[in-house]
Amino acid sequence: MENGTDRSAASTRAVEIGVAAVILLFGLVVVVDSYRLGARWGDDGPQPGYFPLYVGLLICISSVTVLVRALRSSALAEESFVSREELKKILTVLVPTVVYVSLIAYLGFYLASTLYIAYFMWQLGKYSWTKTVPVAVGVSVAFFLIFETWFQVPLPKGPLEAALGLN
Amino acid sequence: MEEINALIGGFGVAFSPFNLMLMFVGVILGIIIGVLPGLGGANGVAILLPLTFSMAQQPGGTTSAIILLSCIYWGALFGGAITSVLFNIPGEPWSVATTFDGHPLAQKGRAGAALTAAFTSSFVGALIAVIMITFLSPVVAGFALKFGPPEFFAVYLLTFCAFVGMSGGNAAKTVASMMIGFALAAVGLDSVTGTLRLTFGFTSLLKGFDFLIAVIGLFGIGEILETLEEGLAFKGASAKINMKVVLETWKELPKYWATSLRSSAVGCFMGIVPGGATPASFMSYGLARRLSPDGKDFGSGKVEGVVAPETAAHAAGTSALLPMITLGVPGSPTAAVLLGGLLIWGLQPGPLLFVEKPDFVWGLIASMYLGNIAGLIVVLTCVPLFAAILRIPFSIIAPVIIVICAIGAYTVHNSMFDVYLMVIFGVIGYAFKKLGYPLAPMVLALVLGDRAEENFRNAIKGSQGDLGVFFSNGLVGGLTGVALFLLFWPLIRTLLARLKGNRAG
Repeated sequence: MENGTDRSAASTRAVEIGVAAVILLFGLVVVVDSYRLGARWGDDGPQPGYFPLYVGLLICISSVTVLVRALRSSALAEESFVSREELKKILTVLVPTVVYVSLIAYLGFYLASTLYIAYFMWQLGKYSWTKTVPVAVGVSVAFFLIFETWFQVPLPKGPLEAALGLN
Repeated sequence: MEEINALIGGFGVAFSPFNLMLMFVGVILGIIIGVLPGLGGANGVAILLPLTFSMAQQPGGTTSAIILLSCIYWGALFGGAITSVLFNIPGEPWSVATTFDGHPLAQKGRAGAALTAAFTSSFVGALIAVIMITFLSPVVAGFALKFGPPEFFAVYLLTFCAFVGMSGGNAAKTVASMMIGFALAAVGLDSVTGTLRLTFGFTSLLKGFDFLIAVIGLFGIGEILETLEEGLAFKGASAKINMKVVLETWKELPKYWATSLRSSAVGCFMGIVPGGATPASFMSYGLARRLSPDGKDFGSGKVEGVVAPETAAHAAGTSALLPMITLGVPGSPTAAVLLGGLLIWGLQPGPLLFVEKPDFVWGLIASMYLGNIAGLIVVLTCVPLFAAILRIPFSIIAPVIIVICAIGAYTVHNSMFDVYLMVIFGVIGYAFKKLGYPLAPMVLALVLGDRAEENFRNAIKGSQGDLGVFFSNGLVGGLTGVALFLLFWPLIRTLLARLKGNRAG
């Protein structure tokens, strides 16, 4: 869905080229490492790099094909990969998610999840404190009961649980 | 007949109170998963898989665990139809064709009829496929017992070439995606030579990439990111199913018996070919439109237009389990996750499974019948409930889904690294989906990569490096030949079209 007034953040062609280039790089890495391991016939069978070498070569060949096709296509340059509005929407979810995931190791799973859900409800859903806090806390407590108590599956814990003696 | 005896034995295993309860729980979970975005069949099964670890340790536990997981699979299949009809959002790729006539029916106020038709057709399609599995799988398994490494590798080769040749997408991108999966599968310790591959000194990469993490990231986070572009709201038709509507629709359905049978046949056939459920549903819809007397009205809300794709999609989704059980080759990402589950529990899917663990296999097949019935019952009675879940504001449900995905990723190996990987895979999944790189081959390659390589190595070790071993006998040669044909099919097809064009022009 594209608005006439919604400017593009990146053309499809640019992203195609970028992604194909990254994949090509990945393929080259695989090829180089395969050579390091040896890609020929060893004493009693193929060396460990044998299979990965051909995999890597195929990655390189296919990504070059995509790259060349993208470079030669002017139509793709016109097409928008993602508009600024759409990109903003995605970042509004992606950035907090990255922050959330990084915080789990420090704050423990349940505290981090509570903050994450609360942030979403408050910032994006525009709910008031009175609605946000009970739901976010309630969901985390529910998860705690489901995973720790019922399924007996431990999740990472942090300072809050230590303080409450729930380790 | 032997198969019926074995099946009855299987029912005995499946009918324990615990397993029956698991069936209903599985179906309900599956429907919820199928209805929510970001938690499709493959992803949902992947998240719940680690929770079955403790269950699988107990005797008879693996049967219970696979019953639970496969019922989640059924539930997700049913759930995809709910969102297709009510919200015009296909829950799974093979539910797309259901939106063509399903949503118009809902908009006309006949949502109940559309849903009943969809669920009943799914039930019929899946039932026919399960009957086929019942009789065909011992045959295929017995046949496959004679397989050696070259034959197994040829089967894997066929699977992957079928993806490239028949996916209809960009062949170069399919190959790239698939090979990336193989490369990722190769990361870590090589069990044969004991060397570390592609780890570059990172100890966290010692164990390699777990396909479960990839699935949760690619299909879970990736799909949520993609859904975000559409905006943060779900608006849909309301759904009420009462017994009157159900019975009325049931009276109407037998009219379409020909469509049903034809769609089941299409589905069963294409389900065995990997990635077949989606083309099966489209093909079946197209055929029905051409062959039905009401064909020209398709798209405006004809019940037959819902029957055709749903029967085919479910027949295909179910018959995809046939190669998984008998050959160890999954035909779809969800089947791949189920296969991965079997491997984790210490089972060897493939022909030997029938010989060594008949209880497990027949218990599973019996549960397919029961799970299908359970699914139909649950879904007919609880649709308004499930539809209501989608009315929960997105700002609440999106973070909850992501939290569930994070839990799923963590519990696989109790590793935070996996959770970070999940986010990375999520971004990759989003980019790949938008650019048209198919994700299914990557997941399949990630799951099967090690085994494919192992068979390849054993095959050429046995032949001292001679690649001709893959053409050494009729079976292997045939499989390899078909594989190569499918691989080059797009090229062949373009050449043929050009030849025809030259002659006509």
